[in-house]
Order: sequence, then structure tokens, then C-alpha cells
Amino acid sequence: MGDKDLLVFQIDYLALAPELIVVATMIIVLALDLILPRPKKYWTATVAVAGTALALVPLAFLVFEGEVRSMFDGSYVVDEFALVLKGLFLVAAYIVFLMSHSYIESERYYQGEYYFLLLASLLGSLVMASSRDLIILFIGIELVTGPLYMLSGWRKGDIKSNEASMKYFLLGILSTAILLYGMSFLYGLTGEITFEGLAEATAGMADEPALIMAVLLMIVGFAFKISAVPFHFWAPDTYEGAPTPITAYLSVNSKAAGFVAMLLVMYLALPDVAEVWAPALWLLAALSMTIANLSALRQTNIVRLLAYSSVAQAGFMLVPFAAAGVAGADLQEAFAATVIYLVIYAVMNLGAFAVVIAVTRNGRSGELSAWSGLARVDPKLGVLVAVFFFSLAGIPPLAGWFAKFAMFRSVMIAGGAATVALAVIAAINAVIALYYYAKVVKSVWLDDPVAEFAEDDDERPAGSLRLALGITVVLTVIIGFFPALATFAGEAARVIASGF
Amino acid sequence: MLLSQFLVLGAALFAFGVYGLLVRRNIVLILLSVELMLNAVNINLIAFESVLASPEAIGHVFAIFVITVAAAEVGIGLAIVLMIFRNRKSANVDDLNLMRW
Repeated sequence: MGDKDLLVFQIDYLALAPELIVVATMIIVLALDLILPRPKKYWTATVAVAGTALALVPLAFLVFEGEVRSMFDGSYVVDEFALVLKGLFLVAAYIVFLMSHSYIESERYYQGEYYFLLLASLLGSLVMASSRDLIILFIGIELVTGPLYMLSGWRKGDIKSNEASMKYFLLGILSTAILLYGMSFLYGLTGEITFEGLAEATAGMADEPALIMAVLLMIVGFAFKISAVPFHFWAPDTYEGAPTPITAYLSVNSKAAGFVAMLLVMYLALPDVAEVWAPALWLLAALSMTIANLSALRQTNIVRLLAYSSVAQAGFMLVPFAAAGVAGADLQEAFAATVIYLVIYAVMNLGAFAVVIAVTRNGRSGELSAWSGLARVDPKLGVLVAVFFFSLAGIPPLAGWFAKFAMFRSVMIAGGAATVALAVIAAINAVIALYYYAKVVKSVWLDDPVAEFAEDDDERPAGSLRLALGITVVLTVIIGFFPALATFAGEAARVIASGF
Repeated sequence: MLLSQFLVLGAALFAFGVYGLLVRRNIVLILLSVELMLNAVNINLIAFESVLASPEAIGHVFAIFVITVAAAEVGIGLAIVLMIFRNRKSANVDDLNLMRW
């Protein structure tokens, strides 16, 4: 702060290249949507997919260069951590685009606007990964969620979709207000908004009542975004009512963005206030795992079951951080474990939703009873259901086991009575979760086929959907055998953690 | 500078917003309640800024961003209300009860 020349900022175009490519793609998609006649609107999807893939090129270049690029007084930083997360967001969005293509085309929705809004949300998550001050973080997180309010109500005529959109919007904007109220106090107490400045200013202030209030308000705001219990009640309804590709996006990109925002604020801006946020996160983690898993047990709709499962997975993701914070241990391990969990969770959850789209494409409903005997009608889909659901349950050799392994490992490194208690809760919940994941697989493989769907399943899923299924299933299996692939992401997180 | 008065005003507005959010049944009034909460944030930011007087006027900049984003969100919110009203001829949140548990 002080007497700097505020008007001269060096803009590093290479560092911003992924964001700029996404912006250019957005504009092209919108223009194409205007020009193209109705039957050719699917080109907007092609452009969106190509643009997302193209944005990975400068990203790869930046990763190999390995240099930390910082802009705007350190408010916008492109380092290894940001790059790994940007890669995750871009790949996840790419897979969601592939899943959307046939779904959106078959139901005659507005195509151009759909891809435009999804790209806008993707842009928000890219900005958020690089943000190192409160304003950019806030803009990023709102850019992620704003388009999603509209996308979750994309089936305009369907009152369930309307309801999904409204519930998501009301709770989303409420959480934003709470988050901002917390941020305003944080600014008022310190006079700083950059994370670096906040970390210095809040050192030794942990027993200041106003600071405790500000931190707790912000945790409540973030907890809504990542749908942790007791702030999760919008999630199942929104997931059920929204179009399925949007549900996949909500459960992966939007949740990951919320997580990253929370980790950045808690870890980079408020490391010395750990004694305030760590117990709160401990409670959120324990409640999320337990209540979401118990609720998932009685679900009969697959999408709702996956919604509760993703709330429970958010609980697992919170475990390393809560544990390290409570034990006062080094947060590097926790950072690495959470990022590894996020990457693996993204792959297998996207796969699970792709399977849901593939199974429901012929008018089969999302109810569990309609899935029974699926494997006998379509063995390939049966195998995919087994792969993704067992991976979510954490059964080796599928990727999910390594996510859980990394989580438990970081808890054991942290040590201490409270953390071990949390690990025990997590272990019990991993077993409960196995029950409902296995219930789906059992229904698909062992139960008798439903009569009316026995014959008409010979039409294959669209090529783009098959590609999405292929990518996710290959990654799920490969990461399971070679966890080093996911560890790379964790190492990048460790680098940023050691910098402070 | 009387900082605490402004903070009390902000807190009161925030509390009214939360109250309205919980008690009102009409979606448009709920939207207004959320606007009250966001304006409480703005009052806080501007009050803090006038005390801190940072060279970059961070508080003012932050408040302008909050106002902009709030306007955009209300635009989205009203569009959703309109969509629901067309389908169900009602803007009452108690009617949004298709999905439970």
C-alpha cells in the first residue's frame, strides 16, 4: 500500500490466455447463435467444446514453464496451484459439454444461450482459482453461481425445474449476503483485502470477537456454496430438478469452486485464526458425512441419491483441513489431500452423472426401481454403473480408494484426539456409504429386468456422450492403478502451502 | 467519526433482511429482503472506508462491486419469478413444495 502509481499495471497476456480464450469462445458462441438457422445450432456446442480444449494449450505451456506470474499487486496470481485447479475446471467443463450435447439437442432447449452461460460460469471458476484478494474472489464466485441459477431452471415449462432454480437462487443469494457481511467486517478490522495483507494483519488477533464473527459468517456463506450440512437443504432439490448435465456441473465445478474459495480464504488469508475456523469445519465435516449418508440410505431416486452422496463427499473433503487445523499441524498435507480428493471426486462424479444421462436417455426414469436388471439389457452400461458407484464408495482398484487414502493419511499425520475422533466418524461413514452405492449396483446386476424396458434399449448413446463416458471411465481406472497422476495435483497444492 | 452508529444501522438492516427472508411468503418481497442485507454490507463498507481512508479507496470500490453484482442477481431473480408465475400463477414460496427430502 502507499504511494504506488495505480494507473500502470502490466497485464501478462500469456498468464491470462486461458481466461481470454474462454471469453472469446463465449462471444463467438453468442454470435453464432444469432446467425445460424435452427437446425444448425448444434455448431455452438462444437465451438464451446473446441474453445474449452484450446484453453488447455496455454495452460499446459504455463505448467511446463513453471513460473509464478503475479498481476495487480499480487491480487491475481497464476501459480502451480491455480493452474492445476484451472486444468480441473476446464477438463470438467469439457466433459460436461460432451454430456450436454445430445441432452440439450434432443429436448429442444435454447442451445446457444446454454453454452454461453456455462462458459460464463467456467470463466468465473478460472478467475476464482487465481484470485488472491476478497473482491476478485467475490466476483469469481458470483460469476460461477449467477449463470447456474438460470441453467438449473433451463426446462422452462417444467415446474420441478422452476422450483430447483428458485430454491438455488434464494439460498445462493442469501449465502452471498452473509459472506459479504463477513467480508465487510474483515475489511473493517484490518483495512486489507489482499490475502497476504490479511494474513499479516490478523496474526495474533484470534480472540477479537468481531474477527471471530466475521470468520464464522464467511464460513456459513461458503458452507452454502459447497452444500455442507446444515446448509445443504437446497442441494437435493436443485440437483433433482435441474437438467442432468447441469446437475453434474453443479456437483463438480460449482462445488470445487466453493471449496477452493474457502481454502484460499481460510488458509492464505486467515492462517493464524485457525483456532476459530478449524472447530467450525470439524463440525461441518462430521455433520455433512453423517447426516447426508443417513439421508442417502432412504433415497429411491438416483439423482437425489447422488446429491446426498455429493454432500457426504464434501464432508470427506473437509476432513483433512478440519483435522490439521484442530491439531495445529502443518496445513501442507491437508491442502494436498483436499486437492487430490477434489480431482478424483470430479472424475468419478462426472462419470456417474454421464451414466445417469445414458441410462435415462430412452425415457427410463431416474427411479432406482426402473434401473433393476439394467445389466442384462445393456451389459456395457451395467459395467459403467458398477465402476463409478464402486469408485465413489472407495473400493480399490478404482480411483476413489486413493482419495480416501490421501484423506486418512493426512489425518494420521496431523495426530491428536479430536482428529482421530473425526477419522473414526469418517471411517464409519465410508462403510454406511458403501451400502447405498452397492444397493444401486446390486439392483442393476442382480435384480430382474423391468418388463417395459427389456427390448427397446438397442439404440446407442450419442457419440459425445460415449466420449464423456470413455474419458471418465479411463481416468477412474488409471488413477486407481497409478495414483501418482493425482498426487501431482496434490504436490502443486503443497507448493503454494509452503510459500506462506 | 461515529463509526458504531453506522455499524448498528448496518446490523439492523441486515437483521430486518433476515427477518423478512424468513417471514415473507411472496418471492418478490423475499428478494427485497435480500437487497436489504446486501445494502447493510454497503453501509458497513463505506463506514469502514471513511474511518480507514485507504489510499486506494478499497471500501468504496468494494461497495460499487457489491451494488453491481446485486443488480445483476436481482435481474436473474425477477426472471425466475416471472417464469414461475407463468407456469403456476402464483409467487408464493409455500407453493414450491414438489420436492421434499
